[in-house]
Amino acid sequence: MKSNMDVSTVVIEMKDIVKKFGNFTANDHINLTVHKGEVHAILGENGAGKSTLMNVLYGMYRPTSGQIFINGKEVSIDNPEKAIELGIGMVHQHFMLVQPFTVTENIVLGAEPRKGLTVDLKAARQKIVELSEKYGLAVDPDAKVEDISVGMQQRVEILKVLYRGADLLILDEPTASLTPQEINELMDIIHNLTAAGKSIIIITHKLKEIKESSDNCTIIRRGKYIDTVRVADVSEDDLAAMMVGRQVTNKVDKKEMEPGRVVVEVKDLHAKDYRGVEVLKGLNLEVHAGEILGLAGIDGNGQSQLVEILTGLGKATSGQVLMNGKDVTNETPKMLFDEGISSIPEDRQKHGLVLDFSVAENLVLQNYAVAPYAKNGILQKKVIREHATDMIRDFDIRPVGCEERLAGQLSGGNQQKVIIAREVTNDKDFLIAFNPTRGLDVGAIEFVHKYLVAQRNKGRAILLVSFELDEIMNLSDRIDVIFDGQIDGEMMGAEADEYKLGLMMAGGKAE
Amino acid sequence: MKKKILDSSLLYTLIAIVIGFIVGAILLTAIGVNPGEAYAKLFNGVFSKPKFFTYSIVYAAPLIFTGLSVAFSFRTGVFNIGAEGQYVVGSLAAAVIGILCPLPPVIHAIVCLLAAALAGALWGAIVGVLKVKQGINEVLSYIMFNWIAFYLSNFVVNLKAIHTDQGAEASKNILASASIKMPAAVAKLTGCSDVHWGIVMAIIAAIILWFVMTKTTFGYQLRAVGFSRTAAEYAGISSNRVFLASMSISGLLSGLGGAVQLLGMSQRIPQFAAQESYGFQGITVALIGATNPIGCIFAGWFYGAMKYGGNKLTVIQVPNEVVNIIMGTVIIFIAIAPVFKSILTKMTTKKEAAK
Repeated sequence: MKSNMDVSTVVIEMKDIVKKFGNFTANDHINLTVHKGEVHAILGENGAGKSTLMNVLYGMYRPTSGQIFINGKEVSIDNPEKAIELGIGMVHQHFMLVQPFTVTENIVLGAEPRKGLTVDLKAARQKIVELSEKYGLAVDPDAKVEDISVGMQQRVEILKVLYRGADLLILDEPTASLTPQEINELMDIIHNLTAAGKSIIIITHKLKEIKESSDNCTIIRRGKYIDTVRVADVSEDDLAAMMVGRQVTNKVDKKEMEPGRVVVEVKDLHAKDYRGVEVLKGLNLEVHAGEILGLAGIDGNGQSQLVEILTGLGKATSGQVLMNGKDVTNETPKMLFDEGISSIPEDRQKHGLVLDFSVAENLVLQNYAVAPYAKNGILQKKVIREHATDMIRDFDIRPVGCEERLAGQLSGGNQQKVIIAREVTNDKDFLIAFNPTRGLDVGAIEFVHKYLVAQRNKGRAILLVSFELDEIMNLSDRIDVIFDGQIDGEMMGAEADEYKLGLMMAGGKAE
Repeated sequence: MKKKILDSSLLYTLIAIVIGFIVGAILLTAIGVNPGEAYAKLFNGVFSKPKFFTYSIVYAAPLIFTGLSVAFSFRTGVFNIGAEGQYVVGSLAAAVIGILCPLPPVIHAIVCLLAAALAGALWGAIVGVLKVKQGINEVLSYIMFNWIAFYLSNFVVNLKAIHTDQGAEASKNILASASIKMPAAVAKLTGCSDVHWGIVMAIIAAIILWFVMTKTTFGYQLRAVGFSRTAAEYAGISSNRVFLASMSISGLLSGLGGAVQLLGMSQRIPQFAAQESYGFQGITVALIGATNPIGCIFAGWFYGAMKYGGNKLTVIQVPNEVVNIIMGTVIIFIAIAPVFKSILTKMTTKKEAAK
């Protein structure tokens, strides 16, 4: 696509932006320059600091240090209202629309044109129709948002921003929930916008779209500024390398093992998310005894739904899950647990623990009703407590003596240890670990990894779902890459290659 | 130790009660009544004679039951605002059996109580099924079922077989065999002619509930769902089943409350002009009792005493609505207890730091 960039006019310049949250540096001296009519991509893994940077630009966060210039003038963006005033608009990944309102009502919300005491919806509607024709953003101004497609909802979000007079549009993961056709339409809209002199920042980790849409690309890794490149000069491979490229460190000690029998088999699995969008599109995988299968992929490609189905919290629309050869598709969580599936859930506070229960009670969350923890329907508090004391000692859960403490009072790492202690002790044939080290410090990460490998060495089948490529590569015997609801590539852990994986995760095909 | 006191909900309940009385005093002063005099009347109306005190306990029995009902459902995260309707159908079922089915004494009363428990449980279970199967918000259906119970009761009271021929707008009296009044000797001893077994049943129910909640696997499930539905489901506890069970049991308790009041005290059902509010008062009892079954015994007695003592305020020309205002204020201040808690905790830590 032809570029509309006007290199002589700099619209936005962010200089040496640093943003710290406590001891954690989310943005470490980041620079960003956007020209008039430019499409500028910001590329980075989950948690690299892209969103933080954009939230700084949009006035949601104040930078710890650094400067922002708009049209050459230094500004201080204290809040989103100020950002809008300065002509910056943001389209969030998760749309913020009022479902029962019409398109027009949604667009004017918070900036209603008035006529006396009433809202002048007619004038608003007129302006929206003009904007939508000018930029090729086809919407029905009178339709209710709950009745229109995801693609149109996104166009409503873009119109919302344009209606407020934005010259710079920040699109956060704009293609995350779009169909391929809708993505093509979005690319056209982006072109129309830049042709009219608007500038666009796209936050993404999809390489193909960057190649298709952007003039320049700034790469951020672990909060650090890596480089800004002209997209035309680099390949998708180069971008992938810059996104994930780093020294692989601390290989976990694993003994050689021959994978055993197939424990879990997933066949042609289909599922929809809560909006009714198909997110699993015929997924197949197998996990063997004595094997860690790493499922690599970017958030939102169907991992959550897969794990929900495997743990009984979600339902497949079609396809099969076989556990030790037995069909367990769409069984209840209890049944699946009894069949030998245990899991370390993605959200430990939502699913993994009852935060208002004591540590002791949490340690028997699945086994509270079986001997020796219960007899004739009566909880055996003493046994439950002694079990907790053992677990606290064996798994180094801190503080020591926290049996009767509420789980919600423990630190994140120790909460995770409670879950690991429970699930490892459950010792089921199949263990699912979903982002098991998210938010943990280095010590706790090592601990979790050690126990996952120990379970594998005991001959259990393990499915490791993680957004951390490092974690996947360190632990996995075999790696499947999930993209758009399907497995689109596989490699052995020993041969894992970050560049190839990064490319496949972003939907590019490995040669 | 100090910290333990500051953490306990009892302290904040007591503070809320004191504030309730202060607000009541302000209102009394505003209408030209000496609050000291009114409160003395209220106090003496409960404590000055064994008869009065016994009456306060009699008044407490149905309130403890509805309080337990609301408290129990609260623990699973369900707000049983339908206790009123469950109370009414319980009372109605007990009345129908009590009037129409002659049975030997004791057995008759037990059958009446069972019928009431079943009716209340059914009334709660229907709302539970609507919630679990159809996703209908239970608060809405509870309120509607309150009105269905209300008019059902009036309908049944006006049936020929049930309606009294003594010229009152009420049902016949239940047969003497269905009554749960205590022996005449007890009535004579206490001077309270209405003394009945309801309070004993309420206390037994509270103890059973406390045991179920804290000691059994079923109680574990209830609490797990109440604290975190997502984690409970993840662990294989079917929250739908737990909701159904807790809503049925909650209904059962309110139904028993209705039966106890009927079989022990009123002996007949009047034609209602307005809701009697035993169910709604159960919400207050549950909150004052911190949704703890044992706490509900004391909270139920407190409310019963306020109701009974409050009746005597009319003697000195004070509207007994003052009691409702005091109870309402108490609830508001219990609801905002966390605010007090943080203020008090901050104050003491500051003091300690200053030392």
